[in-house]
Amino acid sequence: MNRCRFAMLLAVVLLALGSGSVLAQQTPIRIGVIYSFSGAGGTAGKEFDDIVQLFQRQHGDTINGRKIEIIRRDDGGIAPDNAKRLAQELIVQEHVDMLTGLIFTPNAVAVGTVSTPSKTPVFIVNATTSNIMAKNPYMSRYSMTATQVTVPLAKYAYKTGMRNMYVVYMDYGPGIDSGQTFMNAFTAEGGKVAGEIRVPVSATDFSAYLQRVKDAKPDGMYIFLNASGAGTAFLKQAKAQGFDKAGIKIFCAGDLVTEQALPAIGDAAVGVISSMNYSGTHDSKLNHDFVKAFMVQSGGLPPTFGGVGTYDAFTAMYKVIAAQKGQLDPDKTMELVKNLKFESPRGPIAIDPETRDIVQNVYIRRTELKGGKLVNTEIDTYPMVKDPSEHP
Amino acid sequence: MIGNLLYIIFSGVAYGVLLFLMSAGLAVTQGLMRFANLAHAAFAMLGGYVAVTLMNSWGWPFLLTLPVAALATAIFAGILERLLFRRFYNVSQLYQIMLTVGIVSMSVASVTFIWGSVNQPVRMPDYLSSSIPIGNFDIDKYRLFLILAGGLVVWALIYGIDSTSFGAKVRAAVDNRRVTASCGINVDRLFMLAFFIGSALAGLGGALSVNLVGLSPTFALDFLAYVLIVVTLGGHGSMKGALAAALLLGVVDVAGKYYIPQTGPFIIYALTVIVLFWRPHGLFAKA
Repeated sequence: MNRCRFAMLLAVVLLALGSGSVLAQQTPIRIGVIYSFSGAGGTAGKEFDDIVQLFQRQHGDTINGRKIEIIRRDDGGIAPDNAKRLAQELIVQEHVDMLTGLIFTPNAVAVGTVSTPSKTPVFIVNATTSNIMAKNPYMSRYSMTATQVTVPLAKYAYKTGMRNMYVVYMDYGPGIDSGQTFMNAFTAEGGKVAGEIRVPVSATDFSAYLQRVKDAKPDGMYIFLNASGAGTAFLKQAKAQGFDKAGIKIFCAGDLVTEQALPAIGDAAVGVISSMNYSGTHDSKLNHDFVKAFMVQSGGLPPTFGGVGTYDAFTAMYKVIAAQKGQLDPDKTMELVKNLKFESPRGPIAIDPETRDIVQNVYIRRTELKGGKLVNTEIDTYPMVKDPSEHP
Repeated sequence: MIGNLLYIIFSGVAYGVLLFLMSAGLAVTQGLMRFANLAHAAFAMLGGYVAVTLMNSWGWPFLLTLPVAALATAIFAGILERLLFRRFYNVSQLYQIMLTVGIVSMSVASVTFIWGSVNQPVRMPDYLSSSIPIGNFDIDKYRLFLILAGGLVVWALIYGIDSTSFGAKVRAAVDNRRVTASCGINVDRLFMLAFFIGSALAGLGGALSVNLVGLSPTFALDFLAYVLIVVTLGGHGSMKGALAAALLLGVVDVAGKYYIPQTGPFIIYALTVIVLFWRPHGLFAKA
């Protein structure tokens, strides 16, 4: 009899323990995603999804026994009102613990007006304008800033003999920032700006601009254009108009010559010098494994800097979640974020505790034809660069 | 100086030919049915994707992909017309615009789904991919080819509209649909045929433009404004008007970019406003 009661008691205790752990598992950690999966800007949506699936396959979808739930929302491109509404909905109705995503700066700024009062940590995967971070204490960034990659390129151009350069940039926020940054950094080194052209966002034919640049006979040309479409057409037309024969070297931000964009640009990309925080050919075991696993996931497409930003934002989120047992506290999360430092497929990265912005190597690459394939070969490295505009 | 000007005209005309091919069909169908078909730009995009797919996945030579791209686009557009568009001929233009803008958005999403979001690679055959250097200018062989091929199509179209019985019927229907119908001409069938040919041209224009301007899912959106400007400037239903408008737009756009790049896209919109002040119904429209 006694033994029987003991067994029953044990069963009750076990059940209680069991249901307890079931309960703990039932309250998941919720990550809200605001990203552009559709619309004119939604060209990166598939890569985002592939990265998240790859990441969860590699790192699991539970931390400390709690399930990680991802709730996706589509902001449909540059649409700050939309992004703000989605952030509100995710925080108020879906009770998300943190937010991630954000391709476009205007959307990130709009989300900031919600994340600050609600104390929701935001892990930005793109949105590369410098001034986002200072005003939004619950944000941290895992991409780069335009300034961060542009200044080293200007220095490199001068170092390798460029003295007189033409600057062509698209007439919108990031383009103007990048063009001005390049001109300031290049003239600070002692170079001369041969001329500048602001290309309207709607432009599709660039022959006139290219001829104008050619007439000025510069040593080189820096370009910053919208990566989807315009950049590809611009480089192809430059080749057709004999820029290589005229000896005008082309410099650009690396988003124009990502591994995904290169096949469309073709031969016209050979010899282009770009600066970026990531190249597919970066020589580390982590990167080789990452590229291989991603290409299986994506059905053959190579990863770009956007995908790596997403991957690292998830690494960061998993790290700060794992470090907090039990309840997540936004302020504790931000403290942990400020001390983050880990190896990414792009190389070593860290979060600057002052600005919550990313600190990383900036690579100067030359686009080359290797074994019948176009690749960006790293030819110089500026180690652990902080955003120069946040650290004047 | 003169060299620069000639080069600008050369580049501008090549660009204008593209704009004409992409817009000509819309000008005619717009004139025939007063149907505001913004999806026309999506048809051009489809032509581009068909050509690229044939070249990259099937290894077809570039020139052979052009007629197939035109035909495939026309068939697709024809099906859409029979199933969908014809139900909207008698409703207000606002509904037509909502419908066709919706189709443009769907086309962006569908193309992303099928072909992915990246820019499509195209490799031109060697005889089209180099350039002929003349002084400080490099005459791009592909633009030269565009002008020649475009010229051929333009000649065929103008001959077709001016000198065939089909053309005469179309002209009659554009001028007065009811009287044309009462003469025993089947305007509905006429329209279907015109729609078919117009869409084929759009597909051809799309296929030809890939090498020059690239091809990604936003193509339809990028060219929508240009196509609408060409049709508006040319006047509804006028083939010659569309041609003049497209060439004017191409040359002014290129010249503006060359001589006064600071004005950005302002110059073509200024051109549009000025022309419309002068001829509110388009360059070649009958008052």
